Amino acid sequence: MAAHLSSGRVNLTALREAGRRELREFLDKCAGSKAIVWDEYLTGPFGLIAQYSLLKEHEVEKMFTLKPGRLPQADVKNIIFFVRPKLELMDIITDNVLREDRGRSPQRDFHILFVPRRSLLCEQWLKEQGVLGSFIHREQYSLDLIPFDGDLLSMESESAFKECYLESDQTSLYHAAKGLMTLQALYGTIPQIFGKGECARHVANMMIRMKREFPGSQNSIFPVFDTLLLLDRNVDLLTPLATQLTYEGLIDEIYGIQNTYVKLPPEKFAPKKQGEGGKDLPTEPKKLQLNSAEELYAEIRDKNFNAVGSVLSKKAKIISAAFEERHHAKTVGEIKQFVSQLPHMQAARSSLANHTSIAELIKDITTSEDFFDNLTVEQEFMSGIDTDKVNNYIEDCIAQKHPLIKILRLVCLQSVCNSGLKQKVLDHYKKEIIQTYGYEHILTLNNLEKAGLLKSQTSGRNNYPTIRKTLRLWMDDVNEQNPNDISYVYSGYAPLSVRLAQLLARPGWRSIEEVLKMLPGPHFEERQQLPTGLQKKRQHGENRVTLVFFLGGVTYAEIAALRFLSQMEDGGTEYVIATTKLINGTSWIKSLMEKLEPAPF
Amino acid sequence: MSRARADEEEYWHSSKFRAFTFDDEDDELSQLKESKRAVNSLRDIVDDDDDDLEKVSWSGDPVGSISWSIKETASSSTSSLESRDSSLQKGYSSYSAFPKQASSYSLSSLFKGRNKLPSFQSLSDALSDTGVKNYAPELRRPKAEYKDYSSDWSPKDTVRRMQRGKVCSLERFRSLQDKLVLLDEAVAGHDGNIITAVLIFLKRTLRKEILFQELEVRQVALCHLIHFLKETGEQKLLLDLLRFLDRTEEVALSQYREHLNIQDVEKRREFLKGCIGLPFSAEDTSHVQDHYTLLERQIIIEANDRHLETAGQSEIFRKYPRKASILNMPLVTTLFYSCFYHYTEAELSALQIPDKQYVLTALAARAKLRAWNDVDALFTTKNWLGYTKKKAPIGFHRVVEILQRNNAPVQVLQEYVRLVEDVETQLNLATKYKCHDVVIDTYRDLKDRIQLAAYRCKVERGSAEEEKIDSILNNTQIRWKN
Repeated sequence: MAAHLSSGRVNLTALREAGRRELREFLDKCAGSKAIVWDEYLTGPFGLIAQYSLLKEHEVEKMFTLKPGRLPQADVKNIIFFVRPKLELMDIITDNVLREDRGRSPQRDFHILFVPRRSLLCEQWLKEQGVLGSFIHREQYSLDLIPFDGDLLSMESESAFKECYLESDQTSLYHAAKGLMTLQALYGTIPQIFGKGECARHVANMMIRMKREFPGSQNSIFPVFDTLLLLDRNVDLLTPLATQLTYEGLIDEIYGIQNTYVKLPPEKFAPKKQGEGGKDLPTEPKKLQLNSAEELYAEIRDKNFNAVGSVLSKKAKIISAAFEERHHAKTVGEIKQFVSQLPHMQAARSSLANHTSIAELIKDITTSEDFFDNLTVEQEFMSGIDTDKVNNYIEDCIAQKHPLIKILRLVCLQSVCNSGLKQKVLDHYKKEIIQTYGYEHILTLNNLEKAGLLKSQTSGRNNYPTIRKTLRLWMDDVNEQNPNDISYVYSGYAPLSVRLAQLLARPGWRSIEEVLKMLPGPHFEERQQLPTGLQKKRQHGENRVTLVFFLGGVTYAEIAALRFLSQMEDGGTEYVIATTKLINGTSWIKSLMEKLEPAPF
Repeated sequence: MSRARADEEEYWHSSKFRAFTFDDEDDELSQLKESKRAVNSLRDIVDDDDDDLEKVSWSGDPVGSISWSIKETASSSTSSLESRDSSLQKGYSSYSAFPKQASSYSLSSLFKGRNKLPSFQSLSDALSDTGVKNYAPELRRPKAEYKDYSSDWSPKDTVRRMQRGKVCSLERFRSLQDKLVLLDEAVAGHDGNIITAVLIFLKRTLRKEILFQELEVRQVALCHLIHFLKETGEQKLLLDLLRFLDRTEEVALSQYREHLNIQDVEKRREFLKGCIGLPFSAEDTSHVQDHYTLLERQIIIEANDRHLETAGQSEIFRKYPRKASILNMPLVTTLFYSCFYHYTEAELSALQIPDKQYVLTALAARAKLRAWNDVDALFTTKNWLGYTKKKAPIGFHRVVEILQRNNAPVQVLQEYVRLVEDVETQLNLATKYKCHDVVIDTYRDLKDRIQLAAYRCKVERGSAEEEKIDSILNNTQIRWKN
């Protein structure tokens, strides 16, 4: 079920196991049959920890989605709400509880499981509504870091960036620190901590404080991680704004990957059976899980999209040849052997079929004129061309009312690549945007300015060219097929965040002090003492393991770049990646926009 | 676009930038076809087992996953949802038979809940008398929890215990000094949950002015309080706080945001009018002013047009019924609407629109109505000698594209294609939109015999265009360059 979690350098199955154990323990506290009412947002992340079968073993008989009104009939002893600590959800729960039929027998007991943390504010809110006493168990389930893949952990906290950089609310940082403490409890104390940015500093401080205050956390596990690198998202605001050009990155940009699942337009996946000629074409989107458990996907996900076609075609030949083997199978033994391989071959075939279809869908988009134009402008900005004047393409897009998020991504990208826009240019963009999309977007524009994504060049100095040159963010001779540098993930642009990680490993940050000072927030190094018995004696040629924690989100292209570094033959470092949320430019900007529709409830 | 497309292309290929393109002939992804073929040919062999291959429902959730199970278990139990009567009181007292965990934190009712659900009122009223006894579970507090109330925890210990999810009373912290130490401890712990809890306590037990003063020097706690007030919708206190802090621009924006919650347009207009005087940045002040002016105008237009439409006497409304009300639409949409329904009425000057944007919008609106004369007039300028000249602030290539999108006939289209300045762009557009005359004339002017001859097979056999090409090719006067 979760074999892919143990395939990496660090066996993350242990983390998943810990999560499952905690879940079982909670369920067993509520004796008897149960129904779970789900905050829909949580079903995805929970799905990565447990399947329905686990819940069923612990007498969960029904599951519903949380919505206002009366709870569905279900003859169970317990109703358990699995929710994030959000006030609007508390209102729905209140409604559910107040509408419960008190006359029913037997009575149903209510419980709340807060994920990832109990909230005094929410409990207060429930108390105000007079329902707090209705809940027998109110507990928390610390689902801080969820294992997504053998080398990837995410907190899936949508609003983390907004909370940290717009509202200066550090709650998600506290959760990050908690998650890191859990990780250390399972995988040993991480001896070295590096960081860059205000939030990174906070998290490191909290970890050190927690360790001091809970001496019980001193463990005797041999450390798996050598280094922790904490990075603020606002140290590198540029990378997520650019269009990701790896296979997985493009799937996410175009269709959005949620908790390792993607929903795709069904047409290309229609089962083509003979004689059934389009009788019932599926109308529901096709949902696929994407992770390294699928051999083919693991091979192609981090490649530049331009290099995916050749792999798929090679695979096709191999599989065809394998199936041809059946003609040569003469003896019973040979036939038996062929048959025994059949399931594996069929799985490979179905995997190939899926990815061929996905690649076709993506190609339709990447070959479109608009995709090309958009990318041209992005690449001009990132290489420092014409960043200081109003861009014609952006104006055109506004005139044609392209989606607002696309416009905002481009304008922010231009701003970041110019260390802020000239006041006149900024005003011009703002005016065009609110006249075309509505005045209320003043609010969104203000949020983007507060987060530093959009600003006027006040200091009069543009640092970006220096940063670009020193960190070699723009590479002219990029090789998409057989890359020799991380810049392949954006076909020329090397993600700043990953460059920082790369330079930290070799030759060290001392070499780039000047540039580090230009980027926001402090950079620092901390050491955590290990008991003498646990100090590592490295075998010759053994790689170091570094955990890179992106505070405020990370893109799939950045993950691909880090995986590329892990696989470099003389790299010397393997990376495990953790983040508050897996993001792309669109989901990120969206999280910063004012919610303009009234709440659904 | 300032940089003509042709330049752009050349720039793209010659410069160091690598385009993300797929060359048609030899591209890697044409190999997709190959793998597709292979996959398809394999279907015959394995199709029979196809269905057993993956245990995945069509929606893709593996059978047994959580989201799949929600659908499955829910569908089997939704049947009798509303079928019960609501003898709410009966048997309700049995509820108290279960030992209940107390409200662990003795933060008594602190902030007034918004009653967002008027429908609750009746239900909670009905429950209120039984509610008292059932919702007062303190009697059953386990022994262990008593301890927390009797012990004299220091602020530091209190925060630590709260972090571990233990019960703590904050009421003991009576002096301002104690309360502030408690707050500082909470902040030092970084747990937003605890910080908020302490803030709720302080907010209830301190005078507003003192709370504000103390928070001014405690930025982290301040941010949490602001966030908390936003979350709980305590707008008035929030504005008081921001005013106290002199964060006037934020006050203005926060107040302006409120207009989104006002559904009634008249009330919304009044509200926006009130926003105009707020201390926005200079730039936003003018935006808010414009927002108000726009809505004011929209209300007039809407009333007028709804009347016209129902009266059924205006031809344009009969022919093109309105799809939606114009209220609360963006400026450019309003402009389009006006150019569509009220073009002749000189009604538009009140909306200050940059030239470019006006031309784009008016062009799209008039083209949609196929009012080609209006389109023509849009680009005609007269100089003082009375000569007319064609000018387009947006570039004629854009004009052509917009016309084409609105299905303009070739005759109209080619008139504007001819006005495109850059020859290569002109040729591309002409070829793309089949303006044969323009293509033929251009090749003639370029003296490009080969291209012209090649184009001959793109026009219809025996057509006037073919004749034209033939006559040009046979013209001995032309000195072809090839």
